[in-house]
Amino acid sequence: MSALQKMMGWVDDRFPLTATYKAHLSEYYAPKNFNFWYFFGSLALLVLVMQIVTGIFLTMNYKPDSGLAFASVEYIMRDVDWGWLIRYMHSTGASMFFVVVYLHMFRGLMYGSYRKPRELIWIFGVLIYLALMAEAFLGYLLPWGQMSYWGAQVIVNLFSAVPFIGNDLSIWIRGDYVISDATLNRFFAFHVIALPLVLIALVAVHLVALHEVGSNNPDGIEIKKKKDANGIPLDGIPFHPYYTVKDIVGVIVFLMVFSAIVFFGPTMGGYFLESNNFIPADPLKTPPHIAPLWYFTPFYAILRAVPPMFGSQFPGVVAMGMSIVLIFFLPWLDRGKVKSIRYRGPIYKLMLALFIVSFVGLGYLGLLPPSPVATIIAQTFSVIYFLFFLLMPWYTSIDKTKPEPERVTG
Amino acid sequence: MKRLKNFILLLIAVPVIAFASEEGPSLDKAPVNLSDQASLQRGARMFVNYCLNCHSAVSMRYSRMEDLGLTEDQIKENLMFAAEKPGETMTVGMDKKEAKNWFGSAPPDLSVIARARGSDWLYTYLRSFYRDDTRPTGWNNVVFPKVAMPHVLWSLQGEMVPVMKKEGEHEVIERLELAKPGSVTLAEYDAMVGDLVNYLTWMGEPAQLERKQLGLFVLAFLAFFFVVAYYLKKEFWKDVH
Repeated sequence: MSALQKMMGWVDDRFPLTATYKAHLSEYYAPKNFNFWYFFGSLALLVLVMQIVTGIFLTMNYKPDSGLAFASVEYIMRDVDWGWLIRYMHSTGASMFFVVVYLHMFRGLMYGSYRKPRELIWIFGVLIYLALMAEAFLGYLLPWGQMSYWGAQVIVNLFSAVPFIGNDLSIWIRGDYVISDATLNRFFAFHVIALPLVLIALVAVHLVALHEVGSNNPDGIEIKKKKDANGIPLDGIPFHPYYTVKDIVGVIVFLMVFSAIVFFGPTMGGYFLESNNFIPADPLKTPPHIAPLWYFTPFYAILRAVPPMFGSQFPGVVAMGMSIVLIFFLPWLDRGKVKSIRYRGPIYKLMLALFIVSFVGLGYLGLLPPSPVATIIAQTFSVIYFLFFLLMPWYTSIDKTKPEPERVTG
Repeated sequence: MKRLKNFILLLIAVPVIAFASEEGPSLDKAPVNLSDQASLQRGARMFVNYCLNCHSAVSMRYSRMEDLGLTEDQIKENLMFAAEKPGETMTVGMDKKEAKNWFGSAPPDLSVIARARGSDWLYTYLRSFYRDDTRPTGWNNVVFPKVAMPHVLWSLQGEMVPVMKKEGEHEVIERLELAKPGSVTLAEYDAMVGDLVNYLTWMGEPAQLERKQLGLFVLAFLAFFFVVAYYLKKEFWKDVH
């Protein structure tokens, strides 16, 4: 026995190192037919790590103080060694996190990855998405620009639409009657400590649940049903080395896109960093048009599409909340006989296409100032968005599906 | 099928409707060229002479202008009037409260003004002042109506007056016309403002040239790494059928 083996033996007697390595990497059997859409899970993990590391370095020079915050960001951009790179990686990372997560979720929709036995993976995933939205919203206040300030004002004001307790609730969230230094400090605390902890914990349980039941695949069939004499799925390959070397290729392509943005267009024409946010926050000057960053705009458009009822914005807030809550119920709304879009009938395909068009359309409309025409279109899209979920038990059960194959089809 | 077609047409119509509703005066393209050091140096001189009396640039250090090909002594002698050391930032003595009393609003800090407003806006704005005796300063601006700032560069540009035209019931400004020439011609003035905006654009993010240069190396490295990783993946996956 070599010295290394001896050492591993010593550790394994006290900690399941080899067993963990086998269970999650070298003997975790993943379907061999993963396609393009299966890159985004590992990419989301990469972006999470990148956000945490760049975030730590930003925290070293950022000042969570309403009088100093804006200038401290510019200090990072100018006087801190490589500060501009760290800051742009963090700001680009925020948007790219959502790009990757939206594509990851779309993959789940296409191949039925949320279906039995993966309901919990889906629920943990939606919780990650919620935590990510909170994290992004809180972090956006920190640069203390005009859009930071007024965006936070608009979103916190949504809580004041809650009947009876609304006003007290929004004051409790802000810690003040307006967005102020107190708000900035607590948002900073949540952004750098509370939510990252929640995110990491949720990602961990998301992965544990995934590795417990095994990955779905583009055919939506269970590879564990067909095993060889050793109990290894016939269509499974060890995650390491096969998918580690494959994911490296995905990581490099992703980093090329990411670097192209960081180095050549970090503001992305105002979509990743808004030009108004280069004006320091001014509580006395409301910008003429306040729009949240692009990753929130689908839900913002739903909020605006609902007209105020009985002089209250609350119905819109409820609609926005429901549009996210419904996602949790997807595993039980879907009554289809097959999981993957490859074997689904025409109705599901049409509904999914309409859903995607509506979601992207709402995202686009949410960026624009409200107008009568845009409101009617947003209302149409919102109805389609909700019908996709609410009619799902019906249209998935009457859909004409194709037979699933016995083994995965490449 | 017909419904689907209408739906697609509707989708195409959305952006058209949306953009048609956006208004505001059209902006001239600013001649920004960050690799033109002579222009940036001229712009820096304009900035410290004309802007840095009322406007600060609190995030900008004088010493950073070494990036524009200037030595520390050149900066000290030609560009530093209100500071002791080149490491200081560009602050001004004007009190914000007093400034507000004088002008109606305090002059904004210009550190990142080019990122907030855009170079084209600044270039157009600085060339769009005109005489307007109804304003307290005697000046108004086409792209920023009722602006609090007087036309600081008037001695260079001269005095412009508006040429009006009827549009429905309203009279609108068609263009500006030179009424009283300044110390330079209008073409020379445009070039000077171009230099100034070039400088402001650079000052908005002094690291931007370094950023783009480094980006090329990073992408080249990733392209090389991609080839290696791609063939590594192919080699490993040979035995997967």
